Amino acid sequence: MDDVLERFPAAGVRGSGVFARAWRNAFPFIVVGAVWEAVAHLGIFPVQFFPPLEAIAAAFARLTASGVLPHHAFDTLVRLTVGFALAAGFGIAAGVLMGRSRRAEDILLPLVSIGAPIPGLAYAPLFLLWFGPGNVPAIALVAFVSAFPVIYNSWTGVKAVKEVWLRSAQAMGADDRAMFRHVVLPGALPYIVTGLRLGLAQAWRILVAVEMLAAVPWGLGWLIFGAQEFLNTDVMLAGIAVIALIGLGLEKLAFQPLENFTVVRWGMMT
Amino acid sequence: MTAAALFSERSSSLRRGALTLVVAALLYEALARSGYFPQALTPTLGAIAHTLFASLADGTMILHAAATLYRVLIGFGFAVAIGLPLGVLIARLRPVENFVLPLMSALMPIPSLAWVPVFILWFGLGNTVSVLIVFYAALFPMLLNTWSGVRAVNPIWLRAAGAMGANEHALFWKVIVPGASPFIIAGLRQSFLRAWIAVIGAEMLAGSDWGLGWVIFDAKEFLDADVMLASLIVIGLIGFATERLVFGSLERATIYRWGMARSGRV
Repeated sequence: MDDVLERFPAAGVRGSGVFARAWRNAFPFIVVGAVWEAVAHLGIFPVQFFPPLEAIAAAFARLTASGVLPHHAFDTLVRLTVGFALAAGFGIAAGVLMGRSRRAEDILLPLVSIGAPIPGLAYAPLFLLWFGPGNVPAIALVAFVSAFPVIYNSWTGVKAVKEVWLRSAQAMGADDRAMFRHVVLPGALPYIVTGLRLGLAQAWRILVAVEMLAAVPWGLGWLIFGAQEFLNTDVMLAGIAVIALIGLGLEKLAFQPLENFTVVRWGMMT
Repeated sequence: MTAAALFSERSSSLRRGALTLVVAALLYEALARSGYFPQALTPTLGAIAHTLFASLADGTMILHAAATLYRVLIGFGFAVAIGLPLGVLIARLRPVENFVLPLMSALMPIPSLAWVPVFILWFGLGNTVSVLIVFYAALFPMLLNTWSGVRAVNPIWLRAAGAMGANEHALFWKVIVPGASPFIIAGLRQSFLRAWIAVIGAEMLAGSDWGLGWVIFDAKEFLDADVMLASLIVIGLIGFATERLVFGSLERATIYRWGMARSGRV
């Protein structure tokens, strides 16, 4: 998002200084927050359904202090990590194989193109039926769903490696391993990183939903869904805030450094 | 490579691809018939086909699909109706951009389905929840793509059009809209994809009596794996058909015809 901004010289006319920038970013939230507060305190809707911000903050503080919220968040993150790690490992391997070998491509591509257009969540009840409730179907579904973008992008990435690079590496006497390690992998990496990023975003979206469907004892999705029974809107909104923070953190903390470390450093992308 | 060689390679790819599918189907059939898993969990292909045709013949599947499509189209329609103009606005007007972008980057990482319980409390079970969830899911890709599309319009085109005496109106319709169209169409495509996923989830969680998502989830209670798999097939077919037929032909009719072959892919 930021690089789009930087490409336009007109974007440079924005306010300078840290404070001006902080104020500019905070301003919309202050407006929305004020409107929310006004609506909540005017009593147009029952407080139970439309809690004021201080009630949400109180619920957040209460649940964090008692360790309930961290426990939910931790279990969700463990599921995300395990499921996504499976998807990344399998997805990159399958995608690279498809990109390198014609035979593997012919065999795997039909399966991938049939599986991909079906929304992952549609498999959820089937997975629940097959694996029973709990962690196994949740993790399996996250892995299954997030594998598709990883496979697809790794495959495209390997195919997009320039023919000239391969030939010149060969001419310079690179063996298969050196070729893979020094030419194919760095060449395909921008695509692979994109695939991982898309996969993680998809894993995150699916996981929250599947936690609501599969009766898992802990997890942010379950926290929100369970709170509905008791009309605890403040707990639900506090849970959604944590989900937003984790989602934002995944994007900012997990992938931007990875991209800087690999793709940008190798000069594949600026 | 000669055309003949290319053709023979293509057809052998096709043959191997078909072979994969046949082998996969046979493996599944063998697994289903082996009795290793209960019949209710892994129905045979024949049973799935039978359920699919029976439900198509008596119209229930069609009604479910119609209910789902109705929800998805309303939500998607609202998302486009709001996302497209707003995307153009934030790209053209700095104050609007400064106001909308921070809010958007805070809301975007929240999966749409996380809102289901809140929306159920606010609006009750039923269509409103599903439509709103679809709207939420489809809005951001639309907004973001329109925004970057309008910003990516080559400044030289704008200056050239200005030098040739185009007014604001002509500039917008003749330069900005066609220039941004590859992004806008990619946005429509991504939005629909998100909407299609969201509607299935919303129907499972906020189930009313109709809808493909609801059928699948409801079938779990009765261990009807054949109903689930038949609905999965219908969901996949509708998704595939919209992707290929609707968006494929939209792309051909607009950006390829206008000579802007940069198509976006998800």
